[in-house]
Amino acid sequence: MSKAKRQEAFWGYLMVAPTIIGLIVLNFYPFFDTLKLSFAKTLPFGLYKMQGIDNYVKMFSSAEFWKATWNTIYFCILTVPIGVFISLIVAIMLNSKIKGRTAFRAIFFLPMVVAPAAVAMVWKWMFNTEYGIINSVLHAHINWVSNPHIIMITCAIVAIWSAVGYDAVLLLSGLQNISKSYYEAASLDGASKIQQFFHITLPMVSPTLFVVIITRLMASLKVYDIIYMIVEQSNPVLTDAQSLMYLFYRESFVSGNQGLGSAIVIWTVFLIGIVTAVQFVGQKKWVNYEI
Amino acid sequence: MNSSLSKSKKRRTVGIYIFFIIGSCIMIFPFVWMLLTSFKTVGESMQIPPTILPNSWSLDTYKDALKSLPFLALYKNTILLIFWRVVCAVVFSSMAGYAFAKLEFKGKNILFAIVLMQMMLPSQIFLIPQYKMLAKLGLTNSIFALVFPGLVSAFGTFFLRQAYMGIPDEIAEAARLDGCNQWQIFSKIMVPLTTSSMAALGIFTAVFAYGDLMWPLVVNTDINMMTLSSGLATLRGQFSTNFPVLMAGSLLAMLPMVIIYLVFQKHLIEGVAMTGGK
Repeated sequence: MSKAKRQEAFWGYLMVAPTIIGLIVLNFYPFFDTLKLSFAKTLPFGLYKMQGIDNYVKMFSSAEFWKATWNTIYFCILTVPIGVFISLIVAIMLNSKIKGRTAFRAIFFLPMVVAPAAVAMVWKWMFNTEYGIINSVLHAHINWVSNPHIIMITCAIVAIWSAVGYDAVLLLSGLQNISKSYYEAASLDGASKIQQFFHITLPMVSPTLFVVIITRLMASLKVYDIIYMIVEQSNPVLTDAQSLMYLFYRESFVSGNQGLGSAIVIWTVFLIGIVTAVQFVGQKKWVNYEI
Repeated sequence: MNSSLSKSKKRRTVGIYIFFIIGSCIMIFPFVWMLLTSFKTVGESMQIPPTILPNSWSLDTYKDALKSLPFLALYKNTILLIFWRVVCAVVFSSMAGYAFAKLEFKGKNILFAIVLMQMMLPSQIFLIPQYKMLAKLGLTNSIFALVFPGLVSAFGTFFLRQAYMGIPDEIAEAARLDGCNQWQIFSKIMVPLTTSSMAALGIFTAVFAYGDLMWPLVVNTDINMMTLSSGLATLRGQFSTNFPVLMAGSLLAMLPMVIIYLVFQKHLIEGVAMTGGK
């Protein structure tokens, strides 16, 4: 018996070994290395020197950094509530028994399988001030990608358009778990469709809704690719659109200041931690885990 | 009573269809516009008001895009990236997921905490050190560099552990009594029971590896070692105002994935729904 147990443990270690070694090399060690780098000064040839909190002092006194923090939060405010709301509507529509619903689901999901780089490119073209189809249809002359007050809205529209199908598919799987008998009972009691939505659908789908909000929020706090593709580094409105991860990329790999880059990424993790914690505390008020 | 009920039901169905038709137009239009623009000349793309259909269906923009970017190499790199990421994620995560779910060994919880830690932290926090390691070893500008951060998958381990936990212990017990050793139980009996979860993980891994932009941009700066995503970002720099060429390039970059999607759309969507919210 003990031999069998020892053998079981042996296989256990052997089978987790690749993953654990990989995680230690790729994630565990890098995590502490980033932490260390954030307290170091980057020198040429990949060298660095410990220097205390200088990077953080520099970061917190930089207007560009605070602007990037605000841009990131603003992007979340613009995308998450509206995006999740639209996704929920789409999911509810997809949950109705109509012909062609799988085709509609596939259409809404399409942006997910197209690289964000390609998606951002076509939207940038459609948003072009002089020749873009959007201004031409609106008979307007809106500077979608060069007006500092509009640029985030432009990026948010692209982000919402890209994510709606994905979030809707997740919410749809939550909706499909709701037993039809609830609705039948409610109908017999004379509840209207709207009453059914607020008293059955919303509470029952709330755990999935919570997961979707959390993941969308985390993804939005890390936004990079869409903004990077729409607002190139030479665009004058760069600082009005630059997210924290965009600033991180530029500091670390364009300016070669990895110490400051590390400080920015640590700050972002801190921000994500706070937002997630708030969500988890707040969920008790509205997420319903009882069946 | 009955007829008024069916009438309101019919009206609702019509409403849903109108919603979906408008929604579908919004979702599809950018792709149509991409296709139409890609056949126009620069001059035509700048006409006011814009033409809907191109004056002539010329393929010059595609020739320009193909000349400026080594698309064959980009396809190859992207396919290899996806292939290795998927293989690594599925194989290593299956092994680890099974061990964490079904085997007893000391320190299991501590080791699983490492998995959870990776899942909770955003990947960018590992990016600079990962890049430094590759640079030190002189391995940037390689397929290995592209695959590197995805050699193992914490999310995959977590996800497949869930799948294995759903399999009753009695199955493994019966196999053990029949004389199977641990490896045989795993490879012959357990793995085949999780094919749908493995497929879901593979799809999920492929979609994200294909769309990833920051890592390929950082690690492979040689144009011949880029992925479709990072190659497109480079094309944007070259043709900043030549939108027809940019549209042709984008179309070339997304076409293979869209075709795969159109064929396997049901499996793909259900796979992503299964991995849910990562």
